[in-house]
Amino acid sequence: MSIIRETKWALLELFPEQKATEAEAEVAAWNKIIADARAKAEAEEAAKAKAAAKAAEKAGEKTEAAEKAPEEAPPPEAAPAEETAPAEEEPVPEMDPEGDPPVSIEPESPRPLGVLVRDYKARGVHLDVLCSPDQVVEAAKLLTGAGYFLESVTGVDWIKEEQMEVDYDFNRTDGPLCRVVVRTRLPRSAPEVPTVSDICPGAGWHERETHDFFGIKFIGHPYLVPILLPEDADYHPLLKDFTP
Amino acid sequence: MTEPILCTPDETFVLNLGPQHPATHGVLRVKLTMDGEYIVEAEPVLGYIHRMHEKMAENGTFAQFMPNTPRMDYLSALSFNQGYCMAVERAAGIEVPERAEYIRTITVELNRISSHLLWWGAFILDLGGFTPLLYAFDDREKILDLLEHVTGSRLTYCYYRFGGVYNDIDDEFITGTREFIKRLRSRMPTLYHDLVTGNIILIKRLKDIGHISPEVCRKYGATGPVLRGSGIEYDVRKNEPYSIYPELDFDIPHYPEGDCMARYMVRMDEIEQSLRIIEQSLDKLPGGPVQAKVPKTLKPPAGDCYAAVEAAKGTFGCRLICDGDKGPYRLKLRSPCFSNLSLFGEIAEGMLLADALAVMGSLDLVIPEIDR
Repeated sequence: MSIIRETKWALLELFPEQKATEAEAEVAAWNKIIADARAKAEAEEAAKAKAAAKAAEKAGEKTEAAEKAPEEAPPPEAAPAEETAPAEEEPVPEMDPEGDPPVSIEPESPRPLGVLVRDYKARGVHLDVLCSPDQVVEAAKLLTGAGYFLESVTGVDWIKEEQMEVDYDFNRTDGPLCRVVVRTRLPRSAPEVPTVSDICPGAGWHERETHDFFGIKFIGHPYLVPILLPEDADYHPLLKDFTP
Repeated sequence: MTEPILCTPDETFVLNLGPQHPATHGVLRVKLTMDGEYIVEAEPVLGYIHRMHEKMAENGTFAQFMPNTPRMDYLSALSFNQGYCMAVERAAGIEVPERAEYIRTITVELNRISSHLLWWGAFILDLGGFTPLLYAFDDREKILDLLEHVTGSRLTYCYYRFGGVYNDIDDEFITGTREFIKRLRSRMPTLYHDLVTGNIILIKRLKDIGHISPEVCRKYGATGPVLRGSGIEYDVRKNEPYSIYPELDFDIPHYPEGDCMARYMVRMDEIEQSLRIIEQSLDKLPGGPVQAKVPKTLKPPAGDCYAAVEAAKGTFGCRLICDGDKGPYRLKLRSPCFSNLSLFGEIAEGMLLADALAVMGSLDLVIPEIDR
């Protein structure tokens, strides 16, 4: 299975609703593949039978066989759907083993919580996760458990929407490339998010930097003091309404 | 490594290494809690030359930020040029002509060699050897002359443009580069390896000192030669190929020991690999334009993107967030040394002060790039 697909399903643990719909869609897609393959096999068998019949019984009766063949094809379509139905319980290993998942359609903004597959060429990331602030720690745990490391933390001040955003960029050093960005939105009036520094100690400095620039509080951070700004700094220069 | 002899807390003392110290190569302060000659706790204190580049990016247009990029890591300025260019090109959907990609590769690899040479000289200087610095600067001077010829500057190059490079290279540069490759190859075994690498004093100072495990690298997000010195074969040029690197044949040097010597050897081997890359690029150099047609004022669509390059010190990443305006809405600069230094506190515990200086040297820190 491709690493992007694997990571996507791991991350979907955070979003049960999306997972259920995606699993259904995947099962449906998978059933369609099976059904298509069966129909094709049936058609081939029918064609073979037709050819055999043709060889055995001569020209006169071949029209009957030809009429029969297309009739036989439709019924099996229902059968595989029932047979593969148990796959819904455990959809991940049943999925298309080759290939990356298709790029998600751009959702309307504001986008709902969930996992999106991005076009790497245009965005530089493969998976884009939007989660609630209290899911950040869980997402970091899932990703570090799957062999990812935290590359950077970015704060963004969306002043018009009265929100702040924190982006966590994850990358991996082994195996095929898969970049994941985990984002979360916080209210601008009280920007608070749990720290991930106990899971990825490297986040410690990045979070201190983000706290310097935006005043975002990382709850549970062991040492949230200015890192790049002077030690007595009480301003946050990257806020859009900052005046020196 | 020798275990520290534990004393009661009131017998420890605080030692400030820096902010002005010859071995920190810039204004970095490390607050050390010492127990005799052993470090109990090390806390790097940053921000002495913080200039808020990210705010400057928000205040101007995309092109206006270009001259800021070389002023972060002034020793491998072109990598930072390239990282920022790639982020903007990705956001605006600009294609770079093939010849420009080749020129970028040749110049950025020359810059990588010059960065490694300077690190080599300065690192040996930290360890007490003065002469190698002069050899390194002798060779580095040749690179600076070559790059000055095409870029117009000797240190803070601002040579790349969105969709290409500022200036085409000429025959003088090509022959000069070929001569330089020959010259460095002839000097590497004798002046660099015989004199320094095989030197017993150097080996005693570096071997089995400052061990960094792959797990520590992963925990702190360390990249570049630090990660490869811990045995992980990761290089953005191979793992996330950009520009023309997929078409070139080169290796990723990596050493599993994880000590200072391993990091030293990674960089020394990288010089040879960069020479190989330059040689192949010069052989394959295609004709054509060096600059794509790009509108004077760039207005990429709203959205965000990420671009990463392998700078001399590790992964340099740009997260660029656009809102459809003429400049970045937000530009995050992920500099390699910031993450590489963050593991220092953990590995320095229980280390001798003299060894800690060797470890800091082996991390190849450039302070303006940490402080941004």
